[in-house]
Amino acid sequence: MSDLVESFYSRVPVLDETPPPALSPEDRQRLLKSYYPDYRPEGKATLRVGPNAGTVVPEEIATLLESRSRLQGSRIIPDHPDREVDVLIIGGGGAGITAALYAAEQGVSVLLATKLRVGDSNTVMAEGGIQSALGEGDSPVEHFRDTFRGGHGENDPTLLSVLVSEGPRMVEWLVSRGILFDRDPQGNLSLRKGGGTSRPRLISAKDYTGLELIRVLKEDVVNSPVEILEFSPAVELLQGPGGACAGAVLWDLDSRKNFFVKARTVILATGGTGRLHLGGFATSNHFGATGDGLCMAYRMGAKLVHIDSFQYHPTGVIFPSEMAGMLITEAVRGAGARMYNLLGRRFVNELETRDVVASAIIRECSEGRGVPTPSGAFGVYLDLASIDRDAGEGTVTKRFPNIVKLMTRHHVDPTKVPILVYPTLHYQNGGIRTDENAHTSIPNLLVAGEASGGLHGTNRLMGNSLLELFVFGRRAGLEGSKEARERPPFSWKEVSLAHVENFEQALAREFEGAERPIAPTLFPDYRRKDS
Amino acid sequence: MVQAMWYTGHEVIHGIGCLGGVCGACATVYRMKGDFRLRNALACQTLVQDGMSFSMLDSYPIQRAHYDVAALTDPKEELFTFYPESATCRNCNACTEVCPQGIDVRDAVWRANFGDFKAVAELTMSCVMCGLCVSRCIAEMAPHEIALYARRAYGAKELPFPSNLKTRLGEIEAGTFSREMNHLLSLSPAELKKECEVKS
Repeated sequence: MSDLVESFYSRVPVLDETPPPALSPEDRQRLLKSYYPDYRPEGKATLRVGPNAGTVVPEEIATLLESRSRLQGSRIIPDHPDREVDVLIIGGGGAGITAALYAAEQGVSVLLATKLRVGDSNTVMAEGGIQSALGEGDSPVEHFRDTFRGGHGENDPTLLSVLVSEGPRMVEWLVSRGILFDRDPQGNLSLRKGGGTSRPRLISAKDYTGLELIRVLKEDVVNSPVEILEFSPAVELLQGPGGACAGAVLWDLDSRKNFFVKARTVILATGGTGRLHLGGFATSNHFGATGDGLCMAYRMGAKLVHIDSFQYHPTGVIFPSEMAGMLITEAVRGAGARMYNLLGRRFVNELETRDVVASAIIRECSEGRGVPTPSGAFGVYLDLASIDRDAGEGTVTKRFPNIVKLMTRHHVDPTKVPILVYPTLHYQNGGIRTDENAHTSIPNLLVAGEASGGLHGTNRLMGNSLLELFVFGRRAGLEGSKEARERPPFSWKEVSLAHVENFEQALAREFEGAERPIAPTLFPDYRRKDS
Repeated sequence: MVQAMWYTGHEVIHGIGCLGGVCGACATVYRMKGDFRLRNALACQTLVQDGMSFSMLDSYPIQRAHYDVAALTDPKEELFTFYPESATCRNCNACTEVCPQGIDVRDAVWRANFGDFKAVAELTMSCVMCGLCVSRCIAEMAPHEIALYARRAYGAKELPFPSNLKTRLGEIEAGTFSREMNHLLSLSPAELKKECEVKS
C-alpha cells in the first residue's frame, strides 16, 4: 500500500450492516428532484436555435448544439468525392460494427469511418452485461415493464417492445459468433440481477462483457467486405436533394485533410457525450465520447429527444484520484455489495435504480456525511467484502477479476477494503429521435446506439444499452442497405453544405453576431494550459 | 503515463482509447534509470516515476486469419491452416513475461496447439489485444490472435447451445408473449405508466 492509500484507509469506520430505510415512490421523487443533476436548475441553458429550440439542457449540451462548423472559410466542395459508397457508417463501437456487418451481408458497399480504432468506444468498456429475459418466470413482457418503470414511463413503447422481443434473437447471434458468456453448471446462460429489475436477467462475460463482444465483432468486421477508415472522425454531414442526407465530410487526423464521402444512406453510431464533462462530473466514457453525431445531425435539422436526461452512474471510483471516473459495475451491488457513508451507515437500498442511488450518494456528500479524499473530493464507501461473506471466499476475484486487477494496481485490495465512489457521468439517456427502423427525422440519415434517443426514457436500466446496440444496430444496417438500394440516383453537383450555412446564419441572428464555439470538438483537451 | 503526456503539453491520439485499462490502445515500453531491463505496461494504468523513459507502441503489425467461425468444421486442425506458426513456439516465455494483464500466454499457445480450447478461454479471458506479446515473440506469431481464434471456436463449436436461450427463442417464435405485449402497446401513456408502476 502506498502511504496516501494507507493513511486514507486507516480512517475507515466500523461498517454497520443494518439495512437502510425503504423508500416510497414519493420519497424517490423527492430525492431525485432535490439531488439528481438532471432536475437541478444550476448549469442549465435554454436552446435558442434549431429543432429543439426552447428545451432546457445542460450548458455543455447547448454549447455543443449551438455551435459553428469546423469547416470555416470558403466551404468549397471538391469536384469529385474522395469515395462513393452505398452505406456510410459513422462510429466503430458496438452499434456501428453491428450495422456494418448486417448491411454488408445485403451486398451493398459499406464504409465504416471511426474517430480512433474500430472498437474504441463505450461498448468495449461495458462491464456488467446484456439484459435479456431468458429466465423461467421471466418474459419479454416483464423486461418491458421493468424498463418502462425504470425509464419513468418516458420510453417510446414501440422501440421498447422491439428491444425486448428481438433481444434473445440477438443473443443467439452473439453466441453463434463464439462470444463466451458465463454459463451455469447445466450450460444455461447465467442470469444475474441488475438494479431496478424484478428478475435476474443479465448475461455477462465476467466483468469483461464489452471487451469480449468487441474482440469478436471487431475480428468479424475486419474480415468482412466492409471498408474501414480509422482515425477519421466525421465533422459534418452532407446534404442532397430534398434535404436528405448524402454523405459526410471526414477529417483525417493524421494527414489533417478533409475526406469527402458521397453515400446513399448514412448511419450515425457516434455514441455519447461523457467527455463533455457535464456539470464538471468525471466520466466513465472513452476518450472520443464528445457527442459529434448529435451536433452534426442537429445542424441538419434532426429532432432530438430527452436531451436533458443523462445517467450519472452511482459508483465511479473517486479515490485514488488517478482512477477518477472509472466504473465499478452495478453487478457488484446485484451480487451483494453494500454502500456506507462517513459514519459507516447504509443510506439507500443498493438495488434502487441508478438515478435514485446516485441521488442518495450526492445527498450524503452534500449533507456532510461524505468521506473526504486527500484532493478535496467526497465519496461514499462501496464494500465488496460482503459479497465474499455471503457467497463464499473468492467470489469477488472470480466474478469481477477486472475490478480486482485494476484496483490492486493502485494499491487498493477491494476484497479487503471498501472502494470510495461518487457518481460519474456515464450515459446519454436521450439523443437523436428515432423510430423502430432507426430513421431520424432526416431522410436517408439513420441512427443507432447511444446517439439515438427515446428507448430508455429518462433513466436507462443496466444491460439495456448493450442489447440496444445489437437490436437496433442490426435494424439500422438492414434498413440502411434497403434505402440505399431504393434511393434514386443523384449527382455530386446536388450535394452541399447549405444546411450548415443556414444554421450558422440562424445562430448569428439569434446570438446577434456573438462568437459561437466550434464543434464537434472530437476530443477533450486535458493538456496543462501553461505547459 | 497518459496524464504525464498531457501535463507536459503533448496531444495524444494514437495510444488512447478507453483510459480504463480494457481497450489495449496504450501498449507502452519503458526503462528505469540505471536498469537495463525493458519493461512494458498499459500507459493509462501506470504511474510515472522519476527517471522513467517510455515510448508508446501505437500498433504492432500482425497477420490476422480470414475465417468465418460458423464455417469451421474441424477447428483444432484448422488452427494450423490459419496460424501454422503457432506450432513453432520455442518456449522462451517472453510473451508471458511481457503481458500487462498477467496472462500465461506461453501456456495458452501450447494449449491451443494441443486443442484444449477451453483452457485457452479460461487463461486468456482478460486479454485486451494490446499486442505486446507479438512484439517479443521470437517465433513471430501473434498469440493474442491465436487465443481469440481458440476462444471463438470453443464458444461457437464446442459449447452446447444454451438451453434457456433455446426455450425462450421457441416461445417467442410461437407467439407466446404476443397477446400480453399487444395489450401493453394498446394502452394510453397514462394507463401504461400505471400498468408498469409496481414490480410484479
